[in-house]
Amino acid sequence: MIYLSFNKIIIIIIIILCKIFYSIRRRNRQKRVENNIQHPLSPADAPPLPISESADADAAAASSTTITTMFRQASRLLARSINQQPKMMARAFSTDVPATPTVDSTFVESWKKVIPNMEPPKTPLTFMQPRPSTPSTIPSKLTVNFVLPYASELSSKEVDMVIVPATTGQMGVLPGHVPTIAELKPGVLSVHEGNDVTKYFLSSGFAFIHANSVADIIAIEAVPIDQIDQSLVQKGLAEFTQKLSTATTDLEKAEAQIGVDVHSALNSALTG
Amino acid sequence: MAMASLRREGRRFAAPLISSQPITAIRSSLIAEEQAPLGIRSISTQVVRNRMKSVKNIQKITKAMKMVAASKLRAIQTRAENSRGLWQPFTALLGDAPSVDAKKNVIVTISSDKGLCGGINSTSVKISKAIHKLTAGPEKETKYVILGEKAKAQLIRDSKKDIELSITELQKNPLNYTQVSVLADDILKNVEYDALRIIFNKFHSVVSFLPTMSTVLSPEVVEREAESGGKLGDLDSYEIEGGETKGEILQNLAEFQFSCVLFNAVLENACSEQGARMSAMDSSSRNAGEMLDRLTLTYNRTRQASITTELIEIISGASALEG
Repeated sequence: MIYLSFNKIIIIIIIILCKIFYSIRRRNRQKRVENNIQHPLSPADAPPLPISESADADAAAASSTTITTMFRQASRLLARSINQQPKMMARAFSTDVPATPTVDSTFVESWKKVIPNMEPPKTPLTFMQPRPSTPSTIPSKLTVNFVLPYASELSSKEVDMVIVPATTGQMGVLPGHVPTIAELKPGVLSVHEGNDVTKYFLSSGFAFIHANSVADIIAIEAVPIDQIDQSLVQKGLAEFTQKLSTATTDLEKAEAQIGVDVHSALNSALTG
Repeated sequence: MAMASLRREGRRFAAPLISSQPITAIRSSLIAEEQAPLGIRSISTQVVRNRMKSVKNIQKITKAMKMVAASKLRAIQTRAENSRGLWQPFTALLGDAPSVDAKKNVIVTISSDKGLCGGINSTSVKISKAIHKLTAGPEKETKYVILGEKAKAQLIRDSKKDIELSITELQKNPLNYTQVSVLADDILKNVEYDALRIIFNKFHSVVSFLPTMSTVLSPEVVEREAESGGKLGDLDSYEIEGGETKGEILQNLAEFQFSCVLFNAVLENACSEQGARMSAMDSSSRNAGEMLDRLTLTYNRTRQASITTELIEIISGASALEG
């Protein structure tokens, strides 16, 4: 078996997912523009960047919604597909320095000894949002931070339970869960709050559950389940199973295998 | 004969007017102009006019560059702020250990490709060199991985043998996670490390950029620190889900952490670059405006002096004729 580094696996998954989601989002955006329905999760529909508009126009003109054409354009339009997320909030110039900056004193001292004339560089601790300490009793709600590279989907949201797709299977997390580091596989994340359940399909990532009932879920791509197109999933699954059978090198086999895994996960997400 | 003497008079008359200027360059060039070829009646304003035209062009260009930088800043700032949540979970889990004792340090310096952005690249390079000095010691080695043309140009002069890898043209396509992930993968494959130190300028506000250093530890160092206690002491209390061994998970975690932190760092640095360029071009156009004011005064004085000279010549010529 070939060894693929974690990042490589993530990259392949993202490329596969983007191929599906790009066309779905584009179609959804056009539909939304026609019907004037607002996306339930987007806080404000920020106007798309001028680059993505032209990409939209020429992508619509130049390509049909076949995956092969999209694959050719995927590398060029990957950035634009991410930019088209209607989840970005337009904010004025703001900073994120917390109220009480903490500094690593040993570092500052050793710096001052060697380089007395320059200010030491800041470290991430200075910019860290403070985390709650471990309470003695189990809290009633779980605090969830769900982050993606281009947005913080949920930040410090109080929920009852989340179910994360760990590599060992679906894992339910309740307040007072044992501290865990879980590696995630492509699958469905469901957030339960009271009677509402929100489901997202995640590309892989990591989930950390801390002793103070704070859960950090870091994924690269996440899409609400209702935005996934069933037909494209089926097409992709067929294509990748075919690629897997005709693959020659280890690398091709591994890539095709990842494709099959992702598409079957998507399939079960839509059906299950 | 009379004309020659009057011409000399004119020159002497003009000289004290010119000498009161603050700009020495113009003074010397004007004096050279009027003394050199004979037969020139009036002092030429051509030199000053040329200079004024070029300064006005500079002002226009720098003003346009400021507008471009401002619009680019607006676009990239939202993305940088949205990506700030990405590194916080890792710091919450693993803490931050900038003073870790590691044998192989790799300094990843992030800089811009284009210039005219103020002092941010020099700051990054200064801090990189300082960290190199700080982490130097017996049996320790520190290498550089450079992102961006400007840091490469500065570091290649004295630390050429320490540069492991250098990557340029990062911003040809808009920055996205996949590109940075590929980059991180490349770096991790080609470089042996115990601790990766990423140096970048964090965007605090349009006028302030804070040089920041993020540390990513290799899985072996994480295990070592966890065993010895201290900040990473409670890492052992975490259960591991997935994967066969803890080591494998930590390996994946380190790679993931590096690519996430690098993504945020690259975005913040790009933001700082645009902000610094905006303020640099703003001060540049302001300076050009002041220079233009001074040149305009010089121009008017020269023009008036040459008119006066002409008048004197004509009037004295006329009075000489009358007798």
